[in-house]
Amino acid sequence: MSADRVFRLFMGAYVVMFLVYLFLPLLFMAGASVNDSRFPTLLPWNGFTLKWFGDLFNDPMLWQGLGKSLSVGAGVIALSVPLGLAAALLLTELRGKARGLLYGVLVSPILTPGVIIGISTLVFWRQMSVSGGMFLTVLAQSSFIASYCMLMFMARLQRFDRTLEEAALDLGASHLHVVRRIMLPYLMPTILSAVLIAFLQSFENYNTTLFVYGTDRTLPIYLASKVRIGLTPAVNALGVIFIALTIVAAVVYEWRRRAALAVKPGKRAERPEPRTADLRPAAEPA
Amino acid sequence: MKGVLSSVRRRYGGVATSLILVSCGLWALGLVVLPQLMMIDYSFRPSLPPAKQGGPEDIYTLANYAALYGNPLNLAIFLKTIWSSALVTATALVVCYPVAFFLARMAVGRTAGLLFIALVIPYWINEILRTFSWLLILARNGFVNTVLLDLGLTQEPIIFLGTTPAILVGMVYAYVLFMVFPIYNSLESLDPHQIEAARDLGAPWWRIHWRIAIPHAKPGIAVGCIMTFMLAAGTYAIPAILGGPKSRWFTEVIYSQFFEALNWNRGAAYAFILLIMCLGFIALMMRLFRVNLAEVTR
Repeated sequence: MSADRVFRLFMGAYVVMFLVYLFLPLLFMAGASVNDSRFPTLLPWNGFTLKWFGDLFNDPMLWQGLGKSLSVGAGVIALSVPLGLAAALLLTELRGKARGLLYGVLVSPILTPGVIIGISTLVFWRQMSVSGGMFLTVLAQSSFIASYCMLMFMARLQRFDRTLEEAALDLGASHLHVVRRIMLPYLMPTILSAVLIAFLQSFENYNTTLFVYGTDRTLPIYLASKVRIGLTPAVNALGVIFIALTIVAAVVYEWRRRAALAVKPGKRAERPEPRTADLRPAAEPA
Repeated sequence: MKGVLSSVRRRYGGVATSLILVSCGLWALGLVVLPQLMMIDYSFRPSLPPAKQGGPEDIYTLANYAALYGNPLNLAIFLKTIWSSALVTATALVVCYPVAFFLARMAVGRTAGLLFIALVIPYWINEILRTFSWLLILARNGFVNTVLLDLGLTQEPIIFLGTTPAILVGMVYAYVLFMVFPIYNSLESLDPHQIEAARDLGAPWWRIHWRIAIPHAKPGIAVGCIMTFMLAAGTYAIPAILGGPKSRWFTEVIYSQFFEALNWNRGAAYAFILLIMCLGFIALMMRLFRVNLAEVTR
């Protein structure tokens, strides 16, 4: 066996081990959710049950949390997608120092720990006598989720063929017309991705939300409180549902991304989106 | 500046231009700059009852910062948070580099696609749940202890929870993928001919990595390290779930200043210290790997 082949085998084995490491804890958790035991554990195995899922569906706090999370998510989408788009449109026109400064300010939330974003939002709005709640949660989350949207739009706009727009304007189209017939169709795939990413980031966010939720407990806040105090396998059941939804979203998203790639064969070098930005769930995930 | 505005206007028209400018202004000032400035302002003021705010005692002071220095316990937690976050970052880097390299340069076709999805799925799963899964593994009657007891390797269950190592294990698990994807992204653009040329010229595999792949992956390594460190230093969820009173994290100290001691000014000072530390780490990485902000946020 050549040294190269040994190296390949070794690397393959390493990656398989890595995958086991990634998935085994999650499988334990899923297994514990259907174990007929008072505590969330896989061993000893007491038999299969679905009663923890039943418990979960009868938990009014859970449904409230879900409601709050969905509302906050909708608010974050409504705020951060337009903000991200506006900033991307402005930044593609700016040059020099002004561009560097604005870009620096608008991406800085991505590089700021989530708790700090929550704290600064809380402190700032207290001056205006606004205390924690859904409103502040939407604002705090949007301040960094909009940055991700902006990066996605900037990547897309970089490859925009401006002659189309120029031609339309020269031929007498109104600005509204250009936006509706050229810009929006071109940006639509990115808008949909941005909506999905914004929602997922918001739905999973914990560290930023922790400081600004007031009494409006989102699902991650409720989940964390369950994990810390009320340990029953119902928490695992909730986890399994969360994971199932995540898998669906991840597969749909990847499939969309790959479909977008497949349309333009031979343009492998041109990735449709910057992956660092759009794959990240919660930069403070959660 | 005027030239820019007219070019924006020419492109999008007057109404859209005003909308764009107003949104960017509100975002930059209302959501980013002013809240940060307000937090910093808070951190330099004493904590006073509302009646005395704005009065003669409401002066700028370094007292909130001195408080951290004067509290050996909290100072130790702060230093531990930095040191442990650096350790988590280094561990994640070592664990992830081979995976990123395999994904970017060795896997092909269907394998590469499936592997990518297999990595994306846990990446999207909530931090709390990923940590919770380790709670089940490390608990007193959890998986590890059950196995150790059954094998007779230990007579008494080992207490993992509430210790700093448990937190670090949870953090590496939760953030490992934030290291994989940036490195993967930068390795993907490495020209395979470079590696082949080096191999044909007789370079051993480790030198190929040391001289070709790793230098090429520098921006990705920098991004991965920055993200991992920032997430580790700034997390509240993981130490809250896997830790205990003896393994407090600096974010927990900040939280208790806000919601238990109700001393927002001191909490703001501690938060600012955490922010400065993270910015310092970012600056260090950008210098060390010679990358700029545009490459980092690409």
